[in-house]
Amino acid sequence: MEVTAGWYMLLAAGLFAIGAVGLLVRRNALIMFMSIELMLNSVNLTFVAAGRELGLLEGQLAVLFVMVVAAAEVTVGLAIIVAVFRYRSSADVDDLAELKG
Amino acid sequence: MNAELVVFIIFAVAALAGAFVLVMARNPVYSAMGLLMTMFSMAVFYILNEAPFIAAVQVLIYAGAVMTLFLFVIMFIGVDRSFDPKETIPFQRPIAIVLGVGLFILLALAAQGVWVTGQSLFAGEALGTIENVSDELFGNWLLPFEATVLLLTIAAVGTVALARFEISEPRPVIEVVTPDDEDDVSPEPDAASPEPDAAPAASSDEAPSAGEEG
Repeated sequence: MEVTAGWYMLLAAGLFAIGAVGLLVRRNALIMFMSIELMLNSVNLTFVAAGRELGLLEGQLAVLFVMVVAAAEVTVGLAIIVAVFRYRSSADVDDLAELKG
Repeated sequence: MNAELVVFIIFAVAALAGAFVLVMARNPVYSAMGLLMTMFSMAVFYILNEAPFIAAVQVLIYAGAVMTLFLFVIMFIGVDRSFDPKETIPFQRPIAIVLGVGLFILLALAAQGVWVTGQSLFAGEALGTIENVSDELFGNWLLPFEATVLLLTIAAVGTVALARFEISEPRPVIEVVTPDDEDDVSPEPDAASPEPDAAPAASSDEAPSAGEEG
């Protein structure tokens, strides 16, 4: 049985859905952030699988750019989490309710 | 049963197990370890999909740098073992799980849809060798590549700026006291205050923006 690109798409869909559930369920800001990273990784897998299926190199270049953007996002996001932690002494996103009316 | 199928099944199970550990684990360090396992499995999938350079970059950047940064921040903040003691939104978890299953079904249906198949152009060697990727990246994609340099510089400067914010003490939730409310709560005698505006401002300690010094 041949492993086609659809199998990778199915696996990436499963990983993306798990990451979305983690983003919805967990309230620790770090774990929510790691769930976002998981979703980005699953999308990268679809890019690479589609690029192989079509014989194109652009899928892998898209993965490179996604990685660069994710690295920038991780540095800034973790700095924001650390700044919020110094301000609130908590990484729980439910504690950030100062704008609640 | 070829070799790619065996490798795919093994590492698909590993990737899904790592993702479940990420979502389910009480300890954030275990979550980071689960995500690490998923990222290594991703590197294996990249090699299977003719992308050895991307696989190397995945191991170096994601499994190396990004996960180290995550673990550093987890250790810095402190391991919080409390796994969501109560649901603040009613039925949050069942709704989230139903939404996630629905999202998976939608994405799986989209993956089953119209799919262009064809012979791979690079039958002999792998598609994403360093030579091919660099030829494409520094040829057709040079301007976006330079833009990423700008993006990374901005991110580094922003991180340093965020780290240099001076916060002396964790402030409590600020009670906003407007001068009109202050007049209702504590009426000032008119003879004691020559200026009506200065009296509530001087008596309110908890409104820092309303104080007029000097």
